[in-house]
This record gives sequence, structure tokens and C-alpha cells, in this order.
Amino acid sequence: MLASLQSYPSSAFPSNVRASGLSVDERGWLRAAAAIREGGGTLLALWGSDDRDRDRRFRVHAAYLLADELLVVEHALPEGEQSFPDLASLFPCAARLQRAVADLLGIRAHGGDARGWFRHGGWPEKVFPLRRDAEGEARYPSTSAPYRYLSVAGDGVHEIAVGPVHAGTIEPGGFRFSVVGEKVLRLEERLAYTHKGVDRRFEKLGQSAGHRLAARVSGDSCVAFSWAYCAALEAMTGAEAPARAVALRALALERERLANHLGDLGALGNDAGFAFGLAQFSRLKEELLRFNDDAFGARYPFDLVVPGGVAVDLPAAVGPALAHELEALELGVRELRSIYDEHTGLQDRFRGAGWLDPGLARTLGAVGLVGRASGIGRDLRVDLPWAPYDRLGARLWVREGGDVAARVQLRFDEALESMRLCRALLDALPPGPTRVPVPPAAAGHRGIGAIEGWRGPVLVALEAGPEGSLRRGHAHDPSWQNWPVLEFAILGNIVPDFPLINKSFNLSYSGPDG
Amino acid sequence: MLDVLLRIQRTGRVSEPLPAPEGERRERADLQDRVRAALGRALCIRHVDAGSCNGCELEIHALSNPYYNLEGAGIRFVASPRHADLLLVTGPVSVNMEEALRRTYDATPDPKLVVAVGDCGACGGIFGQSYASCGGVSQVLPVDVTVPGCPPTPTALLRGILAAVRLLPSGVPPRSTPPGGTSPAHE
Repeated sequence: MLASLQSYPSSAFPSNVRASGLSVDERGWLRAAAAIREGGGTLLALWGSDDRDRDRRFRVHAAYLLADELLVVEHALPEGEQSFPDLASLFPCAARLQRAVADLLGIRAHGGDARGWFRHGGWPEKVFPLRRDAEGEARYPSTSAPYRYLSVAGDGVHEIAVGPVHAGTIEPGGFRFSVVGEKVLRLEERLAYTHKGVDRRFEKLGQSAGHRLAARVSGDSCVAFSWAYCAALEAMTGAEAPARAVALRALALERERLANHLGDLGALGNDAGFAFGLAQFSRLKEELLRFNDDAFGARYPFDLVVPGGVAVDLPAAVGPALAHELEALELGVRELRSIYDEHTGLQDRFRGAGWLDPGLARTLGAVGLVGRASGIGRDLRVDLPWAPYDRLGARLWVREGGDVAARVQLRFDEALESMRLCRALLDALPPGPTRVPVPPAAAGHRGIGAIEGWRGPVLVALEAGPEGSLRRGHAHDPSWQNWPVLEFAILGNIVPDFPLINKSFNLSYSGPDG
Repeated sequence: MLDVLLRIQRTGRVSEPLPAPEGERRERADLQDRVRAALGRALCIRHVDAGSCNGCELEIHALSNPYYNLEGAGIRFVASPRHADLLLVTGPVSVNMEEALRRTYDATPDPKLVVAVGDCGACGGIFGQSYASCGGVSQVLPVDVTVPGCPPTPTALLRGILAAVRLLPSGVPPRSTPPGGTSPAHE
């Protein structure tokens, strides 16, 4: 806890990682943010809640990553008040998070960007879907609302509009490029096309089913999100998943990281004109997925992590097969790495492209893989290790380069580290049960789960309602932080390098769209 | 360069036969014949993510890996709906994607097929219907084939695409044929 915030009431916050909670007034909301910024902390998530039924107030909540703990700051707006201090000057990624809060709850940051984020015209302007008196299931007639992109003026400047439907098997989103010739002067993203009302849906599903929704916030991070959900719920109820279950969760999480890194490494080769890379890495990924099917009963284990443990145990014969598979995989990855490293045409495209200056990365609050490729050495598995990472000793990998080449190298580093962790987990897999019952959390109890997914820190914050219901559920994807960073990494590059640079970030649309 | 060639040689060919639809034997060659007879060329698929969690996209990507080798079966993904015979639609249709999905459908030339992918595409899945979700694809477009699963495996996706191919009227003149002309592929 930062010394300057000691005048505010604080308490331990239920979580899988070391965490505390802090209640502040309006002045404290800004003071806390400034002190955290000063101390090198990062804004991990920001969300709101409607508590007018309880004490006639709205609240805003922010989760920060400090050097040695997670800090959840809560600000209850004064009665009748519908605005709160803007954090965007301290943490730029707050700008879109605040716009999202405004769309869902009708409470705004003072003087912030007034444009909508989630609401594209699909529901009326005066309807705020997360308010307690809003009918979350209701459908509304859609009206197409114009959106004002910020424009760049000047001789020879023109705009390229892309999306929301993109030209490949990719998620939808809007990109507006302002270019001179082929050089990008500005990129502005407009997202939220896949907004599915996740937060409101948590309330409908309740505590015992919410993990299935969490797994579907961003499918490529299903293990990370479902684990974050279960970690929050278990912290709220005091339930503890058995040692075997947490080992299997970590095995699934590291294999999720591996599958995504293998897929990205192939796609990055392909986007630089090296189709061989795509063929080879997609073959390795396919083999990994088939072993997942043997191990977890699904190629993508969406419903493996459940409250209290895991849904299926690892079949006895599969453990040795996985160890053997990892050996072959590691040989393959090392061989392909040396081919990538020595391929001058490929390195020519990778080096210097999409350069994200480490200083700028810090200012913007980049997180996860993108942050670590620009020198920001943060990884929840290392900084705030939870079981089983507290005994596994995951190694932190950091690259300073900040370009596509650095993000490629970091994927190789982390893929090999994940294989090491998988082997360590398989070598010492604890015996015993894989699931314990989880009692319903009592109304009003809150908890937060924080898991380092393959993109970065994934968070799920929960507040229990009566009789096993959820009063509030909020899921946060690290792409929230890194999408605005991409707008800077592309500057000065040429339009034809955008697919490669974008792929080197490989951010989720569905995750932040919610 | 030598290391690349050696790696290719050592990897060999890993492509597998296409799965047989329920109660029917259909090999890769039969499928190619069917597509050629119906279209006179490759079947062109345009994927549209109408609100998916991106899980289905991962398995659609897998269709192009060397194991499933979709292109080897005479089926390919195209970048524009104007080039497409079939729309592969994922997700519950989010309210924010409804208009874009309709426009994509309108831009696709007739005759066109729509395959709704995943539990969400089938019925809205865990997202259901809400202020932000229209529910399944059939709430917005006429759907020819549904492929349930969360996410459906590549094999299930292939079966769904094959089922849609069987709905193609055999003997549609290829697009290059002027109206009234006869197609060499006409059966």
C-alpha cells in the first residue's frame, strides 16, 4: 500500500493474488491514481456499478497493479451525482474504459471524450443496460448512429476506412487510417462491434454457471478467463481447489499460451511472405490441440476449469504421452526458430516494423506480451504468484527491442518457457481429488481473480447477490490496454505493414468488447 | 534455404481424408466432383464473425492447416462477399454487427448458402438474446445448415460445409458463362 493513501480505509481484498481494497472520495479517486502512477503502478481495469437500490449511489472501481500487490480502489459517487474525475491524463487507457462505463451506466468522467463506445445505436441513448432498473433482456429497434472519427487535415492526406468486416477469418472492428501516400499519419480504432452484454449476462447466470460465460469472453483465452472467474469465486467463499486441480489448471493455461504462440508465429511468418512458417507452425499447433483432446476431452478446453477445481482428470496414460509430445514439439520449435532467425528476408520485415518505444509503452500503460517486448518486466505469474506458480518459479522474459522482431522473439522465449513449466507440472503432478464443492458466496461479498493469460493479465471481479446469484460480474481483457498502444506503434509505418504489425500484437476484439 | 527444404522433406504430407457425412461415403475426389459439377470451379467461402468469442474462428483457421487441407478439396476462403458462394457465420449476432451482417449477405451473389457455426450461431448459445445480442444467425438471415459445437471441431465444420454443398443445385452455370449459355460442367 502506498504511504500517501493511508488516510483512506483499506482492507484485504479476496483474491487469488495478494490484494487489498481501498474506499476513497472524489478527491481520493484522483490522488490514488496519481500516487500509483508516481509509484510505477499500472491501471489493470476500471468498471462501474449501480448501487442506488442499496445506498442511492453509483460506484466506480479501479484495479491497479502495484509492485507487490493488486489494489482495488472504489469510489462511491455522492448521492445524485453522475460524474467522477477523469483518469485518462494519468492512465491513457482509462479513456475508453470510462466511455464504456458511460454507455452502460450513464455515469461519466468529467470532461472526458463524450462519444459512445459500446453503444453504436443498437439501443436508445437514454437506456443504460447495467442500471438496476434497466430491462437487460429487452431488444430495441436499431438506429444507425454516425460516428465522428478524428480527422487529419493537410496537403495530400486521405483516409482509408477498414471494417467492421475484415478480409480474412478475423474478428470485426473498425480502423480509420489517415495516410499520406502509403505512410500512416494516424490510426483510429472503433471497436465494440462484438459487444454481447457479458456483464449483464453474469447477473442472469448466477455464481454456479458464470465460469462458462467467463470462458467465452475471449475464446482464445478460455482457460485464463474461466480460471480468473473461479479464483474470484473461490476467494469469496474460502473454497480451495485441490492441489491436483490447480496443477491441471496451470497445465491447461500453459498449453493455451503455447497454442496461441504457435499460431501467431506461423501467421507472422505468413504475413511476411513466408508461407512455410504457417504450414509448419499450424501443423505443430494442430498436434498440440489433438493432445489437448486426449488430455482434457476438448481441443479448446472451454469448460475444464470449474468452481472448486477441474471438470475432468488427466487420464493416467496421457501424462507420459504429453511429456513425449513436448519433447518433439520443443525440437520442432527450436529448429523453426533457427530457420526464422537466419532468414534474412523475414528478419528484414520484422526488424524495426511497428516499433513501440519502451518509454512510450510505459506512458501508455502497455501490459502483457506487448509490454514485455518493450522492456516492461511485469508478469503476474512472477510478480504475484498464486498456486501452483508460487512453487513452479516461472521465469520472466523481457525484450527491449519493441518492434515486430522483439514480439516474435518473446513468443519463442515464452513458448519454450511454457514447455518447461508443462514438463515440471507433469513430473510432479499431485495425486488426489480434482474438485471440491463450492458453497454459495453470501450476498455482498466481493472477490477478484487475476490470471496471466497469454496476452497479459486477465481479471474477473465479482459481487455476490442473495441465494447464489451474482449482483455484479465484470471481466477485463488486457487488449483494452494494448489496442490504444497499437495506434502509436503503427505511426510512420506504411499501410502494407499494418497486417504484420497488427498480428504481432494479436489483440482480442471479443474480450474488450464484452 | 537447405534447412527449409530438409524440414519440408522430413515433415512429409500430413493431409487426411475428408470425413464421411453421416450414413454416406464421400471421399475427397467425390466432393471435388460435386463442387465442380455444381459450380465449375472451387467453392468460395466468406467467413463473417457476427459477434463470436473468437473460439469458432480458431477452428475455422484449422481447416486451412495441412491436416484438413481445405484448399486441397476444392474449397477456399475469399476476401469479399462478392466472390462468395457460401457465408460461414459465427457468433450470436451482436446488435452492433446486425447491419454489417445483412449488408454482407446482400453483397453476396445468388444462389448463396448460409452456414451458421457454433452453439452461438445456432441459437445464441450462452449469450442468448439481450439488449446487445440478437441470438442465433437465423434471427437475422435465412440459414441453410447449422453446425453446433463450442467450438465445433474442424471435422464438424467440414461436415457442415459438405452438407451445404449437397444443397447446391447441380448444374448451376459457372459465373463466367453468359446468361443462357450452357456450362461445360452441366450434368
